[in-house]
Amino acid sequence: MIRIIAAGPLCTVQDEGRTGWQEFGFPQTGAADKKAMYLANLLVGNDPGEGVLEMTVKGITAQFFADCTIALTGAEIPALLNGNSLPPYTAIPVTKGSILHMAAAVSGCRGYLAVSGGFALDKEMGSLSTGLKFGVGGFHGRKLRQKDELPLKAPKILPDAKRRTISRPVYEAELSIRAIPGPQDDYFTEQGMKTFFSASYRVTPASDRMGIRLEGEMLEAALPMDIVSDGIAPGSVQVPGNGQPIILLCDRQTTGGYAKIATVYSGDLSKLAQAVPGTVIRFQRISLPEAHKALREDQNTLNKMAEALHQPPPFHP
Amino acid sequence: MTNIKILPAGDSAVCAEFGREISPEINRKVTALKKALEKKNLPGISEMIPSYRSLLILYHPLILPFEKLEKAIRESAEENTGAEKEKKRIFHIPVCYSGREYAPDMPSVCDYTSLSEKEVIGIHTGTDYRVYMLGFLPGFAYLGGMSEKIAVPRLETPRKKIFAGAVGIGGNQTGVYPLESPGGWRLIGKTPVRFYAKEKKEPVLLRAGDYVRFFEISEAELQVIARQEENGTYTPEITEEAPAK
Repeated sequence: MIRIIAAGPLCTVQDEGRTGWQEFGFPQTGAADKKAMYLANLLVGNDPGEGVLEMTVKGITAQFFADCTIALTGAEIPALLNGNSLPPYTAIPVTKGSILHMAAAVSGCRGYLAVSGGFALDKEMGSLSTGLKFGVGGFHGRKLRQKDELPLKAPKILPDAKRRTISRPVYEAELSIRAIPGPQDDYFTEQGMKTFFSASYRVTPASDRMGIRLEGEMLEAALPMDIVSDGIAPGSVQVPGNGQPIILLCDRQTTGGYAKIATVYSGDLSKLAQAVPGTVIRFQRISLPEAHKALREDQNTLNKMAEALHQPPPFHP
Repeated sequence: MTNIKILPAGDSAVCAEFGREISPEINRKVTALKKALEKKNLPGISEMIPSYRSLLILYHPLILPFEKLEKAIRESAEENTGAEKEKKRIFHIPVCYSGREYAPDMPSVCDYTSLSEKEVIGIHTGTDYRVYMLGFLPGFAYLGGMSEKIAVPRLETPRKKIFAGAVGIGGNQTGVYPLESPGGWRLIGKTPVRFYAKEKKEPVLLRAGDYVRFFEISEAELQVIARQEENGTYTPEITEEAPAK
């Protein structure tokens, strides 16, 4: 069991997200930075989609009541275990009674904590992910708070823990984000499309797990931005009447009535999940075949990382 | 030939669009395509989101290549031109239309429409509403087909809190709030039927393509059914009918 001593502003249990419920109006949810979640799990010997803790902007303070192995990935959050500083992206053996003390993120936005064996929580609607808006999944469908006790499924200390390490990504203050035009790119003028793929946009503080609100040059529309509501894909960039784009993330509403100028390449969503307010984003146009090629390469990279950690390749070749 | 546009929505989703306006014919094609694709059971489709006029298909491009999916969509859309003949599945939903608590906006709806309460109820219960799609909230059904006679503008200031089961009218749409939530529709009644019940095996009552027919109940009946709903002993009546021409 892990007892939460301080939970930070927003710490939730997340996994790969809920599949098969969007047609009924349930957001997909799941870890915002999937890559960081996969790697945290692989480091501690779990399936890549096992439930993890997602910590926003600030980490947790917690006490462990079992011997286990943990890994911290995602945002760079200084962490101490019984007063000793911990390396990120490394498996860490934790003995019963230890106290983990995490600070605020110094780079990136969301940190992930995986525990060997995962959490002993029941899936709800096929997932451990916390759906905050509708109180489903995770730990009683809500964010964690002080004194919560998270049960562990099969905690253990991995004998090779200290050798299980991978290099951590660097979060840039300026991001190049690949995007595929559409599905409603024809609602924008040629100039609007040109602006989208050349101007720089700034991440505003009004960003969360639902979406990243950007500010920058207005996108010129050829038609009214209101469309008859339709389904929204992860990474959709919708543009309301004010011409300022919003990138929709894991807690996005399932349907919406604004034109979507482009859709972010799925492999770049992890980078976006780590973008703090003030981050500058430029969109780079790619074609569908280019995106599929990039996806294959990304998955091969993850498979190789898994192999190096003696884990079976988790993704399709 | 079915007029269908296949629009990629990023690398792992595709939008199959049948038109840009709201109509039962277009929506039927959406429902039919979803059914046809479900029947094909293609590995690599993770889920589908039907909406008024399009179907969003989420897929794994490394399992199901885009070209193969595109071909399957076109084939399925062609196969299903007979979908209009399918029977209507109608959910009979009890609504209590009286009382300040449950129907706070009934007086303003009567004012706007110059109809009596009885006439408003008669019109509201006299239509089979098609579930065009679900969205906005878990279990929130966008119902189509409401008579223009009872169309009223949304509230100027939306309510911060609307009770679960509230039946409302907003513009020419009507619907039921499945959960307590904010909202701007005018409330004309309450149903004891829970459109979203987390603990049920099927937590969401309706799906796109179903029909809803409201019928009037008294406040006393509302209480009785509400208790049955709580015990899990109430099931709304469901009937099937041939579609109207």
